[in-house]
Amino acid sequence: MDLFEYQGKQYFARYDIPVSPGGEADTVDEAVAVAEKIGYPVVVKAQVKVGGRGKAGGIQLANDADEVRLHAGNILGMDIKGHTVHRLWVELSSDIASEYYVSFTLDRPNKVYLGMLSKEGGVDIEEVAETNPDAIKRISINPIDGFSLDQSRAWVADADIDEAAREQAAALIVKLYTCYVEGDCDLAEINPLILTTDGIVRALDAKVTLDANAEYRHPEWEVWAATDTEDPREAMAKAKGLNYIGLDGSVGIIANGAGLAMTTLDIVNQVGGSAANFLDIGGGANADVMTAALEVINADPSVKSIFVNIFGGITRVDEVAKGVIEALRRVDITSPIVLRLDGTNAVEGRALLAEHLNDKLVAEPTMLEAARRAVALAGN
Amino acid sequence: MSIFIDENTKVIVQGLTGGQGRFHGVRNRDYGTQIVGGVSPKKAGENVDGIPVFASCKEAVAATGATASFVVVPPAGATAAILEAAQAGITFIVCITEGIPAHDEAKCYNILKRDFPNTRLLGPNCPGIISPGKANIGITSGDIALAGGPVGIVSRSGTLTYQALHELSQQGVGQTTCVGIGGDPVPGTNFIDCLEAFEADPETKAVMMIGEIGGSEEERAAEWIKKHMTKPVVSYIAGVTAPPGRKMGHAGAIISGSSGTAQAKMAALEAAGVIVALNPTEAGEKMVAIVKAL
Repeated sequence: MDLFEYQGKQYFARYDIPVSPGGEADTVDEAVAVAEKIGYPVVVKAQVKVGGRGKAGGIQLANDADEVRLHAGNILGMDIKGHTVHRLWVELSSDIASEYYVSFTLDRPNKVYLGMLSKEGGVDIEEVAETNPDAIKRISINPIDGFSLDQSRAWVADADIDEAAREQAAALIVKLYTCYVEGDCDLAEINPLILTTDGIVRALDAKVTLDANAEYRHPEWEVWAATDTEDPREAMAKAKGLNYIGLDGSVGIIANGAGLAMTTLDIVNQVGGSAANFLDIGGGANADVMTAALEVINADPSVKSIFVNIFGGITRVDEVAKGVIEALRRVDITSPIVLRLDGTNAVEGRALLAEHLNDKLVAEPTMLEAARRAVALAGN
Repeated sequence: MSIFIDENTKVIVQGLTGGQGRFHGVRNRDYGTQIVGGVSPKKAGENVDGIPVFASCKEAVAATGATASFVVVPPAGATAAILEAAQAGITFIVCITEGIPAHDEAKCYNILKRDFPNTRLLGPNCPGIISPGKANIGITSGDIALAGGPVGIVSRSGTLTYQALHELSQQGVGQTTCVGIGGDPVPGTNFIDCLEAFEADPETKAVMMIGEIGGSEEERAAEWIKKHMTKPVVSYIAGVTAPPGRKMGHAGAIISGSSGTAQAKMAALEAAGVIVALNPTEAGEKMVAIVKAL
């Protein structure tokens, strides 16, 4: 789960990482109220889960209530790379002396943690990585060794961070590491980490991605779940606990396993169709899961046919078959369904379905044939 | 021959008394796998369909001489179960658990590497491993595999592993071993480990490798294939039309540049001399042609 900047800063605050005072606002009046409370000048910042909002005009300085009103009015509702701005973060403006970059993430090939630190932080950090890679100092941290303040001090010195910022930066980076590990982040990134003209080091932005697998031990994440997605189809799927991504095509997809779901998209595309969604129903596909999946897809008006592609492993095909039968009993599905069922208990599953097959529920023996049928039924 | 497991491998099941553990443990036993015991601290002394249950891995290993373990334990306890198996002297651990936090996996992997260098972990979040006709540890349906070789399969995706087995078996082409390495960020066993084992196995004559978008394991495997692999490899990468991930932050871009896409992986594999198919069916057809020409 990606966090908005304001959520990331709230999370940072839990780990004692200094951020600028500020507050969130959903309306112009709320933005003014936040600004009046913290004092001027303030920065009005669009909250979107995509980079490049500054360049798009989504971050503006305001010196008084009128300017807050003007900028908040302009930014709310703004479209930034396909993301609509519904919320603002209004914070006290900082007088910036230097901008740095710091992040922790997983080094997948080496299976250790990777820290990256640069004294050339700011909007063009990816360009720095391309043109001057030596300006980004990387460290490997073995998860079983941890990361000490002394290591942090040495790293900060190696990256040639300004003397005036070093001790504060070293301490802050240790806290960021703690947030990354104990906070179960996939990514904890600060860009920029700033040194103010009056000598304070703090996080001016927050990019945090949480590991969904760790949700069970973080009840504090629950408040952010509601804002996790914009697409109403995705919101509905999420509420039903499904792994769903909305797309633009006409063939609704239900598959078990992310790999098979991706392959189903690929094959539908290769036989001339296009998928309306990615939907992985995962391991335990019972009647409730199948009903939920069919409900979400049925609610999408662009869906013209539904391709259910199941290869049973831990998922038993007879359970899937029961799920489809039960789902059809509970939901009035408007589009025809094409089934392709193989794997664990496939014979039993197919037998269960045999008497239910008709114009609106057809079965095909292979994935390729089922894809062709589904695409044909979608009218492509 | 087969890689990693065969008919002589003695296996215990951690979590045998749970619903999934019971279903798949018994199925694995019925397939012919030497499932010699189960571990469940609260149900020691009982049995599951005749398979004795022990209180700990240590006791199970002492009583049965098992060298492999099948971990079917929920996410919160899975890495502790893996480490318990390693401590008991188990040298091959298959963990199918889905949903383990990445930081737990990273810690577990590095503890194994430091303290138990001779123990191989397969998974987590993988379908397991099957050496058709000999042994099956995991959740793969044994009846979709065909004994006798000559193809080795390695796959990152569970359901695509089954698909690959199915495509070959339908055409009468058997498998030596099929390994599902799993799609989690910190897999215990990677493509290169399996390619190396298949290259060394005299009965494996060709390898099918199923990858997917994300990470750089396929690119690394391509490099290894170019340098070391003498046997033909057919590959399929899932996710050509997958929606691009909404990447936050810059760290990912700084690390990986343009790698990680299906196209980049396919190009790297093709450059290494791998035959790249556009879907699992085509991969099966291309592999059948290779086997027929052997």
